Amino acid sequence: MDSQSHVLERLRTAFRSGITLPEEFRRTQLTNLLSMVRDNEGQILKALHQDLAKPKFESILSEVDIVVNELHYAISNFRNWMKPEYVAKSLATKLDECFVRREPLGVVLIIGPWNYPLQLLIVPLVGAIAAGNCAVIKPSEISSATDRLVAELIPKYLSQDCYAVVRGGSEQTKALLQNRFDHIFYTGSQAVARSVVQAASVYLTPVTLELGGKCPCLIYGRINIQAAAHRLVWAKFFNAGQSCVAPDYVLCTEATRDALLPALSSVLEQFYGKEPQKCPDLSRIVSARHFTRLMKLLEQTKGKVVIGGESDQEDKYIAPTVVVDAGEDDALMAEEIFGPILPIFTVEELEKSIEFVNRHEKPLALYVFSDESSVVKTVMEKTSSGGFCSNDGIVHMTLPGLPFGGVGASGWGSYHGRWSFETFSHRRACLIRGWGLERLNTLRYPPYTEDKLKWLRWTTSQQSSCSLM
Amino acid sequence: MERQLFQRAKEAFLSGRARPLEFRLQQLHALQRMIMEKETEISTALKQDINRSQYDTPLLELIGIENEIKLAIEKLAQWAAPRPVEKNLLTISDEVYIQPEPLGVVLIIGAWNYPWALTLLPLVGAIAAGNAAVVKPSELSECSSLLLRALLPCYLDKDLYPVVMGGVSETQQLLRLRFDHIFYTGGSTVGKQVMEAAARHLTPVTLELGGKSPCYIDKNCDVRMACRRITWGKFVNCGQTCIAPDYILCEPCIQGRVVECIRQTLLEFYGADPKCSPDYGRIINQHHFNRIVSLMDGYTPVVGGQSDSSQCYIAPTVLKDVPPHSRLMQEEIFGPVLPIVTVSDMDDVINFINEREKPLALYIFCSDKKAIKRMIEETTSGGVTVNDVMMHYTLSSLPFGGVGQSGMGCYHGKHTFDQLSHHRACLIRSLNMESVNRARYPPQDRRRAQRARMALKSPLIDTSKRTLVWAVIATILGIGLFITLMVILLIAAGLNCTCWYWRGFYN
Repeated sequence: MDSQSHVLERLRTAFRSGITLPEEFRRTQLTNLLSMVRDNEGQILKALHQDLAKPKFESILSEVDIVVNELHYAISNFRNWMKPEYVAKSLATKLDECFVRREPLGVVLIIGPWNYPLQLLIVPLVGAIAAGNCAVIKPSEISSATDRLVAELIPKYLSQDCYAVVRGGSEQTKALLQNRFDHIFYTGSQAVARSVVQAASVYLTPVTLELGGKCPCLIYGRINIQAAAHRLVWAKFFNAGQSCVAPDYVLCTEATRDALLPALSSVLEQFYGKEPQKCPDLSRIVSARHFTRLMKLLEQTKGKVVIGGESDQEDKYIAPTVVVDAGEDDALMAEEIFGPILPIFTVEELEKSIEFVNRHEKPLALYVFSDESSVVKTVMEKTSSGGFCSNDGIVHMTLPGLPFGGVGASGWGSYHGRWSFETFSHRRACLIRGWGLERLNTLRYPPYTEDKLKWLRWTTSQQSSCSLM
Repeated sequence: MERQLFQRAKEAFLSGRARPLEFRLQQLHALQRMIMEKETEISTALKQDINRSQYDTPLLELIGIENEIKLAIEKLAQWAAPRPVEKNLLTISDEVYIQPEPLGVVLIIGAWNYPWALTLLPLVGAIAAGNAAVVKPSELSECSSLLLRALLPCYLDKDLYPVVMGGVSETQQLLRLRFDHIFYTGGSTVGKQVMEAAARHLTPVTLELGGKSPCYIDKNCDVRMACRRITWGKFVNCGQTCIAPDYILCEPCIQGRVVECIRQTLLEFYGADPKCSPDYGRIINQHHFNRIVSLMDGYTPVVGGQSDSSQCYIAPTVLKDVPPHSRLMQEEIFGPVLPIVTVSDMDDVINFINEREKPLALYIFCSDKKAIKRMIEETTSGGVTVNDVMMHYTLSSLPFGGVGQSGMGCYHGKHTFDQLSHHRACLIRSLNMESVNRARYPPQDRRRAQRARMALKSPLIDTSKRTLVWAVIATILGIGLFITLMVILLIAAGLNCTCWYWRGFYN
């Protein structure tokens, strides 16, 4: 196994050679990546099941298909994204060529998490390749089967000079971060994100941070409770609640809660049967440590478990659980739950509910369920979040036209679709002038006169031009 | 003190009053008035800070600020409006768009070389995007900072846009507070400290730094004209410009000519003794004066070289045959000293540039389109101007910023607005059409899974206004053509009938 510095040297040399720049190279790599996912779908599903007991359906929908979609989208469009973007000109630059070039940054680092170990590692890689970079990818060691599989497959399908997988735990990640990269893309927790930014600051490396937070779900106004319950349960308990955009907690009136609880119960039974532990469509908690963390939350909560609550330590199984009557200072509000526990807080007025949300960090996603568009509008205007979805959960991140990312404590930067390409590109402003029109230029040269200034003010006061600084 | 001002700005932001477009426009108009009404006072302050000539002030700072404000006022409604994006079959009846939103309280740390432009241009974007902003002008341009502190509260909302004065220690205090974005213009060393401080609160940053901007003169271009343009860019503001051409690269055979052309141009611009020219500036302070003078140690200038520490005056200076690894070539000069480094050919130029840190700007003087294309494609930099210097800064439709050590993020025009906004992804669905969703719910079987996969994979449809308009026009044209064809056929059929009729009649 090459040392980290050897790997980086190899990638840097490859990047400097210019091999990643031509369209053909990028297309080949992206197509190979597509083949990698398609040819090995069975093994991928097996690894995901080993890591998270992910049901085959969830793995296909939320991992394989999302990656394949992103690849198709990138392959169809990256050629256009690469083209120079011509911009509006001022009077002074009317005869010049003015455009923005998208250029690769160099050698980028992508650090993936364990909850969607394929998607959250490969989707950024798609953008990095399409933008012409070399990349070091660091899968999470917690989802160890996927980690092993990715390390085995990537060198078989992608250029080994340009893309490398580095494996290891937190020590190896720390060591990796001591090196100089041209961009660092990190998905994970806030605590680690801080050390990523600190390490990046040494070399002034730009970063993209896809973090998490507590995604609130507000249910107010007139509501089709059955439809809402279906979508809420799906979004919350998908991957056993281990999604950065899962609805973390619900805010609603007491009346809504009383109507919601039986609906949730019935939907849960519909989805996972009377004994969810036996249902093949429900995932498990990723590790003993996270299982313990979640069980501790259930022990410490001052709320009441009204649905679920069962668990099995050996199986790392926690039943889909709903908790009510907890206060805002409850243990369940102290950290992102990231598990199949759904607290419901009752707040009678929408305004107070919004204040509740705004007392906490800006979340990665914010959900509102309501048949009243005024409710949706009010919540959207008075809150902030990475993304916003009304009357559903999670699906907003499946649209490659929308930038996916956080704000404030939930993250910095965004990606998906074209946004991935932009994240891993430098937008270089280019102005190509001719040799003519020197007379116009003399207006800016000393010795300065009132007249020259008057003319300059006039020419530069035309649309879209700054001063001649 | 800093904390109090920050708290007040935060509370003012949370009250929501910076958000309505009318308020933002009102603030922008007020800022515009400030620039117009106080031009004389601003000029005086700049003369005291950096000996800026009365013409340089509008030229280099005020016109730019005025134009940015005008653009923001004109385009604000468009910039702040929701931006629709492509949908798929699953979301065809939903609203899918990106909504730009304010971030909160932005910290703007200005620089001393263009104390008004580099502080107010980011402020224009911050206001336009609906943020509050704490403005920290550079203590080195003291008169301008004091004037800014006096003026801003007279024109803008007192709580939302406070000015904080002070030096290193006050800046460090500010950096401990939790801002929603930090916009810093200055050197890389402090840039790193800003980013490190921002790590604590995971605050995103925009860093407009500097570096050594190379300027290549091809031997086959119009050397005389190239030197005129370079001389202007290099010596304006006494070389204290982040995008000034830092050094020249050229082949030895034209080095002599380059020196002569620059000498002649200097004569034309500043006269025989630039010290007496009202259009030639001074170095900001003793520390920088000493720094630049010491960079010249050991060299015999071919042009200029004189200095006067009592005035912080350094004559426009050119040095030739400078070794590539000399001290002069290690740090950004940021002064009126122009080294010429000789290179053997274009390959040498490209390697030279690529061996060094990515610069904020690259200048290429060349008449050969292929060579220009090659140079642009085989190097990288924040921005490029070909056959002139600095002009890419003046076009606000171009994003202005660095890459690598020269910075991260960009601004000017709409780019400032975008930089200081959060682009919130919005999907507005209704609770109808629940049957469509059933495909994704457990319990799963193969047929349902197929349906779910199909929906997810459905191609994207662009329902933006432009596409809709084209679709409508195409449909109308299509229908029109169809109707025309039918009419023609009917007429032809009718005529045919008539012919048959008349034929029959005559027969």
